[in-house]
Amino acid sequence: MDNILLSVQDLKFYFIGNERVARALDGVSYEVSKGETVCLVGESGCGKTVSALTILRIIPQPPGKIMGGKVLFNGQNLLDLSEEEMQKIRGNHIAMVFQEPMTSLNPVFTVEDQIQEAIMVHEMVDEKSVRERCIQLLKDVGIPSPEERLKDYPHQLSGGQRQRVMIAMALACDPDLVIADEPTTALDVTIQAQILNLFQELKQKRQMSLLYITHDLGVVANIADRIYVMYAGIIVEQGDTSNIFHNPCHPYTQGLLKSLPGRAKRGSKLHSIPGTVPDPAHKPGSCPFHPRCDFAIQACGTEFPRVCDYGEGHLSRCPVLYENKVPKVN
Amino acid sequence: MLSFIGRSIIQKIITLFFVSVVSFLIIHLAPGKPSQVDPLNPKFTPEMVERFRKEFHLDKPLYIQYIYFYRDLLTGKTVSWKDNQSVLKKIWERFLNSLPLFIVGTILTWTLSFPIGIRSAIFRGGLYDRSSTFFSYLLISIPGFFFAYILIIFVVTRFHVPVIGMETFGLGASSWTHMVMDRIWHLLLPSVLGATGGIAILSRYVRSQMLEVESQDYVRTARAKGVPEEQVLYKHALRNALLPFVTMFGLILPGLIGGSVIIESIFSWPGMGRMAYEAILARDYPIILTVNFISAVLVLAGTFVSDVLYMVVDPRIRL
Repeated sequence: MDNILLSVQDLKFYFIGNERVARALDGVSYEVSKGETVCLVGESGCGKTVSALTILRIIPQPPGKIMGGKVLFNGQNLLDLSEEEMQKIRGNHIAMVFQEPMTSLNPVFTVEDQIQEAIMVHEMVDEKSVRERCIQLLKDVGIPSPEERLKDYPHQLSGGQRQRVMIAMALACDPDLVIADEPTTALDVTIQAQILNLFQELKQKRQMSLLYITHDLGVVANIADRIYVMYAGIIVEQGDTSNIFHNPCHPYTQGLLKSLPGRAKRGSKLHSIPGTVPDPAHKPGSCPFHPRCDFAIQACGTEFPRVCDYGEGHLSRCPVLYENKVPKVN
Repeated sequence: MLSFIGRSIIQKIITLFFVSVVSFLIIHLAPGKPSQVDPLNPKFTPEMVERFRKEFHLDKPLYIQYIYFYRDLLTGKTVSWKDNQSVLKKIWERFLNSLPLFIVGTILTWTLSFPIGIRSAIFRGGLYDRSSTFFSYLLISIPGFFFAYILIIFVVTRFHVPVIGMETFGLGASSWTHMVMDRIWHLLLPSVLGATGGIAILSRYVRSQMLEVESQDYVRTARAKGVPEEQVLYKHALRNALLPFVTMFGLILPGLIGGSVIIESIFSWPGMGRMAYEAILARDYPIILTVNFISAVLVLAGTFVSDVLYMVVDPRIRL
């Protein structure tokens, strides 16, 4: 098991307000091996982004609070590190690409300032070689005439180019793990495809791991080695990409797959899962999905679902489907 | 850039013309006439009033008066109706008196508000933040004159700090250092008082700006890069939080002439604000209008300065 780079174990993260406690992560566990692309999938508000930000510990605490669990990176628990030690991890070993390229770059600094900063906070290098590295990074992420772009301010770039700059910044110190939090959501479809290809290409060239967070199953099918499906702060199903897509064993995953527009017959109504994600402050102690589930039996409303093993690392938290042994394939 | 400067200067001259017309009309429409300030005064015989009106062109139609007035103003020949002295000279003397008060007050306001506001924002919700919020709102809600009198009573009885005028009367013969110290002591209370209101308001504004910027995505990006927390706050966040204050900095220029009527009256400070106030009571139109005109020029110059400054500090703005 030396191959495991990141291992999140039973992570609990709550937001504690004056009157309510929002249980954003309720015991989440996942692993990323070296050189692997792992996708975290789920609809809005299910805790995907929080689980990524918690790894880097950049959610202000309070109001957030880590209530338990471990984040092992190369065998070291990141939750035990001091703030200074954590700063050495951020950007250097684990880097992050955010969802909104339009607002994630500082508007008053040039592209060069910002990429340079990412290098300078971690390494002692002279100005000339930093400049060369910045140019090389921009070349790597496919920005034309990088020398001129370095002098630009973020507002002078298009959305796709800004996201490329964000990626260049993330790669600046050659991290072992890149966390990409819905990096293509704000971009249009053609740019989206380009950015995805860029990720694939960079990952192969640099031998890094990628934790890709998205709600877009189309993207997942393209890039993921393994998939974790999240719902309301817990992982409901996990497995290899082919297992999840061809043999989904949790009603929520099945619902997500059915909702893909590509699968619907022309002229028929698109499928959608009825209801909404439960309020994280009032989650039931039982299966969080049972109010929206077609297969729910009485026990679903009273017991927390156990993990059911389908073999090959394919796990699901739906004993009902497991015991009936009739995973419904659409 | 050059075309922007040219364009805005032309625009500002046009605005200034309208300001001059409107302020002239308002002053002349206001009740009370300079020739009738004191009708019970036995010296004001009808003949005297008539002579007065003739001498200052008050018998002419308004537009002629307007032309005469601004002709005199622009050639520097305007005189006060009260004592026949040159208005510009009077204003300049009073301006020099107000200047130290303004400078010290502004420096105090701007140097104290920022640290107070930034600290509140960083430690929001803490004891420091809550107590500075309390004192800010206290100072904002207490009327300035009331607060001034409380301070005067306290300071005079405890520390014997002078509170009247700019210098101690009849000190002319003493040594140079003594005189400077005397001036500083006199300056202390009025400028501190003038600054407190500004500090209370500005520090609240700094705090809210800082809080808003702190929750921006690029601040999170900086943290994710591994940038140390101080650098995140003072480089990435503060630089953006300061942008709106550049505009405000241009707008303090008019304060140079308006002065503070209340503070100057309380401390018998012979400054601009008090002169303007007395001129209004005496219906001394030339002084009122000149002060008005100069402050209009300063307002326009202030907006121009802040436009240019904005262009310098915010790369997104190109005019």
